[in-house]
Amino acid sequence: MNTRKTNAKTNAWTSAWLTVLKRDLLLALRRRSDIATTLFFFVIVSSLFPLGIGPEAAVLSSIAPGVLWVAALLAGMISLSRLFAADFTDGTLEQMLLAPQPLAWLVTAKILAHWLVCGLPVVLLAPLIGLQYALPNEALLVLVYSLLLGTPALSLIGAIGAALTLGVRGSGLLVALLVLPLYIPALIFGAGAVAASQHGMSAQAHLSLLAACSLLSLVLAPLATAAALRISVE
Amino acid sequence: MLIAQDLACVRGDRLLFKRVGFELSAGGLLYVLGENGTGKSSLLRMLCGLLMPEQGEIFWQNKKIKENAENYLPNLTYIGHLNGLKDDLTALENLQISARLAGNDVTDKQTLAALSAIGIARCANLPARVLSQGQKRRVALAMLWLTQSQLWILDEPFAALDVAATEVLATRLGEHMANGGMTIITTHQDVAINARNTQTLRLNA
Repeated sequence: MNTRKTNAKTNAWTSAWLTVLKRDLLLALRRRSDIATTLFFFVIVSSLFPLGIGPEAAVLSSIAPGVLWVAALLAGMISLSRLFAADFTDGTLEQMLLAPQPLAWLVTAKILAHWLVCGLPVVLLAPLIGLQYALPNEALLVLVYSLLLGTPALSLIGAIGAALTLGVRGSGLLVALLVLPLYIPALIFGAGAVAASQHGMSAQAHLSLLAACSLLSLVLAPLATAAALRISVE
Repeated sequence: MLIAQDLACVRGDRLLFKRVGFELSAGGLLYVLGENGTGKSSLLRMLCGLLMPEQGEIFWQNKKIKENAENYLPNLTYIGHLNGLKDDLTALENLQISARLAGNDVTDKQTLAALSAIGIARCANLPARVLSQGQKRRVALAMLWLTQSQLWILDEPFAALDVAATEVLATRLGEHMANGGMTIITTHQDVAINARNTQTLRLNA
């Protein structure tokens, strides 16, 4: 009897979580221009540097890790202010707050959808952009790994900022001020991993620390986001 | 049973109301009346746990709602003045998602039946963006044909509805109370709703 009750509860949790995830992915599919903005931003910003600096391979490949990571940070950030804003104005955020499941749990589905729509495409596109910077193959691979491990942390931490600035005027800029300093560890380890592999060192330590950043934010960010959303909705 | 004791609401630095209390038992209907800006919506949001009362407590089945949200929320359906519809999703998708989020695993057929109950089935596959205000309201209210919850909290449900839809909704509310449900409602319209036990709460500025 008790296990049946637990099972029913687990099912309800999964079903509500999947509902939120599917809804957000469906919405992203219906508004493809939003995804395109993020991607084009990443492509354009990271293409401006080779154009501005000139075709010297040594210079380009030495700035590549930092530039590509910063471009990925900024691209992820411009879509952050949209993460909860629409839900807030149309009332679906209230529905999420009143769902029987904990808000922090449902928020993870929203963050995952945000990462799938804004983070993953950047990860997949990064090696192509990396070619412009004359990055060697193994460095390109490490770049992909580092973004794959690091961008979830960006979405998770960004969600806190998006929730805190909900309903505030000029929230787009405020999110940047709140969130960018928190991105610094991910930036250091992410760019560090690529730089290490360029210098023939192992990127493992950097990648492990990056994964740790993501895991830590996976535990803490949903709780903080949920608390911030409750305050914003009041 | 829902009991509110000695509630007070402060927005900004303005006191909206204080010493508001009531008891609502199975089959009961509570009208919350008052002029614009007297805190009707704030009171309803407070009863949902979306807004913390400045003072006072709310009990559901003798337990405080904020400590017992896990048991309270499945019993609650709240339709606020925002419809909770996504412009890019169809009426059917919107309603289904809202119902699933509230813990009612509904099929397409059930969702369509709910939409036709409130007379909006022909718009089921239109995106919410193209619906009129009244049609959007109907889609949000179609939730009342899908939910199993005992307590309904409705903020101005009749606003933007035409005469026919108002009547359908009033009948549905009557059925809910006849089945032992409870409803808390704010309205400016004079609509007759059948209930075993009707109370009125007037908020004054």
